Amino acid sequence: MGTIYQDRIMTIPEVHPEHKEYWDAAVEGKLLIKKCASCGEFHYYPRVICPHCHSDKTSWFEAKGTGHIYTYSVMRHGKPYAIAFVELDEGPRMMTNIVDCDLDEIRIDQKVKVVFKQSGNQENPGSFIACFTPIESD
Amino acid sequence: MSIKGAAYIAGAFEHPLRKAPDLSVAAIHAECARGALADAGLTFGDVDGYFCAGDAPGGVLSMVEYLGLKVRHLDGTDIGGSSYIAHVSHAAQAIAAGKCRVALITMGGRPRSEGRSGVKQKIVAANVPDTPFEIPYGPTAVNEYAMAAMRHMHDYGTTSEQLAWIKVAASHHAQYNPNAMLRDVVTVEEVLASPMIADPLHRLDCCVVSDGGGALVVVHPDIAKNLNRPLVRVMGAGEAPKGLQGGKTNLTYSGAVWSGPKAFEEAGVTPQDIKYASIYDSFTITVLMQLEDLGFCEKGQGGKFVADGNLISGVGKLPINTDGGGLNNNHPASRGGIVKVIEAVRQLRGETNPEVQVKNCDLALVHGTGGGLSSRHGSATLILERV
Ligand SMILES: [Zn+2]
Repeated sequence: MGTIYQDRIMTIPEVHPEHKEYWDAAVEGKLLIKKCASCGEFHYYPRVICPHCHSDKTSWFEAKGTGHIYTYSVMRHGKPYAIAFVELDEGPRMMTNIVDCDLDEIRIDQKVKVVFKQSGNQENPGSFIACFTPIESD
Repeated sequence: MSIKGAAYIAGAFEHPLRKAPDLSVAAIHAECARGALADAGLTFGDVDGYFCAGDAPGGVLSMVEYLGLKVRHLDGTDIGGSSYIAHVSHAAQAIAAGKCRVALITMGGRPRSEGRSGVKQKIVAANVPDTPFEIPYGPTAVNEYAMAAMRHMHDYGTTSEQLAWIKVAASHHAQYNPNAMLRDVVTVEEVLASPMIADPLHRLDCCVVSDGGGALVVVHPDIAKNLNRPLVRVMGAGEAPKGLQGGKTNLTYSGAVWSGPKAFEEAGVTPQDIKYASIYDSFTITVLMQLEDLGFCEKGQGGKFVADGNLISGVGKLPINTDGGGLNNNHPASRGGIVKVIEAVRQLRGETNPEVQVKNCDLALVHGTGGGLSSRHGSATLILERV
């Protein structure tokens, strides 16, 4: 039977000036993270100043868009949805939703890939949001 | 400069109401302030330092005006529900530095009357840097703590039965508290049979949503010694923020790993010395993780530590939250920190219900986690001694 994913209205995020490229890329189906030229580390959510070494030599990096589930929780009160942290193959762990699957089958360490869902609704559409869906195991 | 012995908690008051539709939030603060000052044997005119957090409507300026205070020291530190534990430390620091001699800390709110709850999406403030990368995903109080619980279970084999024991202990204590919101003793089976809210947390893994509040009066040692009250001395404190660390976060531990050792070091005591602990219990997982992080047991052994009644006064090794805690007694304004301090003061004074009073309770720990366990939280630890 399972708990099949249902679309939900996602709150439209504010677009802060330092994140314009991130949201523009999301429309194209690309997940951007930040890479620091000084310490070589990736970070997320993206910032002007690297949170690891405080260099301002940070630049946008297109993530592969694949990773695995670090943790998750399916909300059972009201319309079900799965909040999660996904660990990207590049390293950073990011808050997200697991979508387009049976929510009862979600597991820690499951491999996932990014899919984008538009926030807001038809009358008031917002930015595209990076969500993840399980990859069929091979 | 150390705060060890720099100040005493002379007054403590927990508002008796758990539903207050006819009181304004400011009035709850004022009633709590009056109660704590009366408890100490002091008056509003004695107060020269004032502390409040995000629940205080209008912040320090509106509250100081509303309360009619004349103060020379202000502190509006807000780290969520643990703010008031940190305020005791800050008050001791201010007293040690000569900035004030009678510090009043107030908190209060009415989420129950206002229909708020832990399954509702957080309120969105403008320009917060992390919000755009979280709020679309529907984070709530419950599913954030649930994600930490899920990973803890994965890494350490912690079970829902073990988490349920924390609620069972709270309910055992609450049966003796006439003001507690929930007074029925529950079993592990009943916790597991309660509705799932956000995997793996059931309804009975969650704290109550209650109106109410509390207040504390922290004073200079010279003042404490002239009051006709038992002496509860501040011995040590620590505070630490924990966030998502640029994506390197590990959700199986809390900021208590940093705030706890600082408090123990300052007080010159160890976890084994603690007779009673007030441990923040927004959810059962909060308790388990904090007990590990504070060193009451090894990391990953929290499940075994909390099971089989080990947290029940008179039964187990570490009695906690003998008022019933946030799980059963009170979690006013969705911020449990001040009630945690108040119950520790009651224990140290020997003023709790005899059924839950810890014998020879001369050393107590208070610890809080304010905010989100899977995003940002403020950890605050406080160690208190009866002199
Ligand atoms: Zn860097």
